[in-house]
Amino acid sequence: MTSLPAPQPGAKKLGLVIDLDTCVGCHACVVSCKEWNAFGETGPLPEFGPYQAEPWGVWLNRVHTFEVGDGEDGRTVYFPKNCYHCEEPDCVTVCPTGASYKRAEDGIVLVDAALCIGCKLCSWACPYGAREFDEDGGVMKKCTLCVDRIYDENLPEGDRIPACVAACPTSARHFGDLGDASSAVSKLVAERGGCDSMPEMGYRPVSKYLPPRSIRPTRVRDERSEHKTAGGNGFLQWIDRVLSR
Amino acid sequence: MTACSPARTAGRLLTGEFTLADGRRAVPVFQLLTERYRSPEYSPEAVSARCGVAAQKIRRIAAELAHVAFERAIVHPQPWTDCGGRRHESMIGRPVAMHAMRGISAHSNGFHTCRALHLLQMLLGAIDCPGGFRYEAPFPRPCPAAPKPAGKTSAPGQPLDGMPLGHPCGPEDLLVDAAGGPLRIDKAYSWEAPLAAHGLMHMVIRNAWAGDPYPIDTLFLYMTNLSWNSAMNTADTTGMLTDKRADGEYRIPRIIYSDAFFSEMVAFADLVLPDTTYLERWDCISLLDRPISTADGPADSIRRPVLKPDRDVRPFQDVLIELGAKLDLPGFVARDGSPLYEDYADYLVRHERKPGIGSLAGWRGRDGGSDGVGEPNPGQLDKYIENQCFWKYELPPEQRYFKHANRDYLETAKRFGFIEKAEPIVLQIYCEPLQRFRLAARGHGAVQPPDAHRGRIETYFDPLPIWYVPFSEAAVDGQTFPLHAVTQRPMPMYHSWHSQNAWLRQILSHNRLYVNRARAAELGLDDEDWVWVVSHHSRLKCQIRLMEGVNPDTVWTWNAIGKRAGAWNLSADAPESTRGFLLNHLIAELLPAASTVRYANCDPVTGQAAWYDLRVRIEKALPDQAGNAEPQFPAVSRLPNMASPPGIVRDARMDPGAPGGGR
Repeated sequence: MTSLPAPQPGAKKLGLVIDLDTCVGCHACVVSCKEWNAFGETGPLPEFGPYQAEPWGVWLNRVHTFEVGDGEDGRTVYFPKNCYHCEEPDCVTVCPTGASYKRAEDGIVLVDAALCIGCKLCSWACPYGAREFDEDGGVMKKCTLCVDRIYDENLPEGDRIPACVAACPTSARHFGDLGDASSAVSKLVAERGGCDSMPEMGYRPVSKYLPPRSIRPTRVRDERSEHKTAGGNGFLQWIDRVLSR
Repeated sequence: MTACSPARTAGRLLTGEFTLADGRRAVPVFQLLTERYRSPEYSPEAVSARCGVAAQKIRRIAAELAHVAFERAIVHPQPWTDCGGRRHESMIGRPVAMHAMRGISAHSNGFHTCRALHLLQMLLGAIDCPGGFRYEAPFPRPCPAAPKPAGKTSAPGQPLDGMPLGHPCGPEDLLVDAAGGPLRIDKAYSWEAPLAAHGLMHMVIRNAWAGDPYPIDTLFLYMTNLSWNSAMNTADTTGMLTDKRADGEYRIPRIIYSDAFFSEMVAFADLVLPDTTYLERWDCISLLDRPISTADGPADSIRRPVLKPDRDVRPFQDVLIELGAKLDLPGFVARDGSPLYEDYADYLVRHERKPGIGSLAGWRGRDGGSDGVGEPNPGQLDKYIENQCFWKYELPPEQRYFKHANRDYLETAKRFGFIEKAEPIVLQIYCEPLQRFRLAARGHGAVQPPDAHRGRIETYFDPLPIWYVPFSEAAVDGQTFPLHAVTQRPMPMYHSWHSQNAWLRQILSHNRLYVNRARAAELGLDDEDWVWVVSHHSRLKCQIRLMEGVNPDTVWTWNAIGKRAGAWNLSADAPESTRGFLLNHLIAELLPAASTVRYANCDPVTGQAAWYDLRVRIEKALPDQAGNAEPQFPAVSRLPNMASPPGIVRDARMDPGAPGGGR
């Protein structure tokens, strides 16, 4: 079994903050993630039966769609999901070889493919279904927060963010240090009531969701009293009065 | 009237009746507006039942729009100068934005609905202001916009004398013969669809098959899979491609088709020109077409080849340029008859629509130092590549709003060639070009509609927005077909109408019909039931999914997911063909005969295809009918020597099933 690193005061806790209010379910993050990671250090992310009856492949980020509420109160919620890089990740502690590990310096949970024996215990331990098994390579795959991108000094500084964040057309995905209360992502979580996925499980996800905002109708004055009964002529006179200057 | 008449006189001009200097009587358009829209016909009570929104709620929304526009105005502290030369210390925003996309224009009353929304924006002052609708370059443009559609003098075997699409401003701009009949095969710019600024692509196969307005010898199509997901009445339209005359000749004798994929249309072509994918060719997203500009400034972009084709394919644009030269078409050959352009990349750089204006607006001029207008720059494409294939010009802050009346913006727009003169662009509440057509229908002017079209032109070329029941809907019994049926494109595939890859089909490989949960309960339907969907034209079988977030009188599905078995090099049991379906089967391409003329199923003003006018009913399928969608078609025969798709792809770059793969 694999140990978690001892908590270091002031260590970074890198993660994502995903705004469920503005996600439109376009899947740009899903495809962009696949594009970056299939050909990077994490790849390959193989496809099985890609042109056949049951196409299936390895994805590190998926978007689920739910409806919440009934009738006019109902709303569609798009729920993007990839690894939350939990503070108490059982997916790491169950690993018999040390292949799954959590980094002390930034909290990113990774898999060392050279050590992975494909036992799948970690995917059983993850309550979020965030890990995907590469049947072809016999190793477990997961979100790395694009670790081969966010520290790459060959990239312009603005590009040193996960591919999913870079791709989002509505800026619903934010990346940063959730261990630093003064970071932009931490402030966003504080302002918007950011929350954990399934906190009752006790895994303490680092990444957070911002809940959909409630829709409040604008309060308006009842303007109609003045001219509601006026006929065509009265209405026109009212227009003249209002618009003349 | 001066170029920008002082608004402070507006009050006196808004209402009442006036006598003009020449003795004619005139009323301001605001008087017409109030008379029309305050009539009982347009009252909330009159439309509430039809649109499923309570009258009180309609009033609340109206009050909310007005409240936000006028009581919650934004003051953006940015000085600017209007077209009358007056300086303003700030920009006033009316934070009311509206989203209306292809849904509205896919109805046969769509043009007027769009006009109605625009009218509302104008009344609210929410035009190109902070928080409101905003123009993106090259817009706004004045009306009349240039150019007019070319083709008045077209003749067999002769090149067209200009651009095929344009903006007619009156009956004299129509492309009609002496008897008022259409000149174009799609009947665009005829009395049947006068303002068809996009053409009537969905009617081309049908018209060619019917020889209406005339037979053709060759149908030459590029992409769009025109007989399948871009056609109404897909089954019959496909049949038209192989239908023969009594003498044994095909009704459409020759079909040439260019495609990068093995789409449904390919098997029907006599000659296939295998295209590259967009990863293997140059492309241009130009300010002359549909650019990528933002409200803060004009922008354009290119695609460049990043993969070398590994098979016998050529970029279709290169092929067109070579054909243009071989046919001696103007603009493609030099004086000595030699080809003017080497290929499409060369054309992108050197072709000029007008002196200084070409496909790409960035890095023009000999030294590449010019934005928007300038001599061709031989190094232009390299500059785009250096800048990640994009060019963008940021408008200075004082030019970003009120562009139609912003002096400095209008001067910029003239400099960039977006407009001819730096004059204010007057928004027409009372649409003069529409009225010109209506006057013709009333007997005024030299260019007259044939009598068969006269009534239709008079009715639908109303200069103020009107509402009417969409044609297909009006033609069927609402009790027999109680539901609206519409489609939308899934966002992951939005701009991949015409491509296919192993990733996207894992996100969505078959579609269901979405039905309101309460409505389904009334109909005795459960989630995942198989149903027959019946229109006045045809019927199909599919599987339903229940949801809350759809109007109870409307059902919907994803479009262009359904594929024909064997097409796209998918296995014959792929869910795209076994369970996926096209709603297109239920939509007739012609309106039911109501007069001597059978019109296309489209908007009478613009010719926009009325995909969304469909009315249906749904009936539960018998238990033994569950399991596969209908209609089904025989699987497309595989092309000789076509590679079988792989069972596993480890590295998508090496995918032999994908175009460009397998190296």
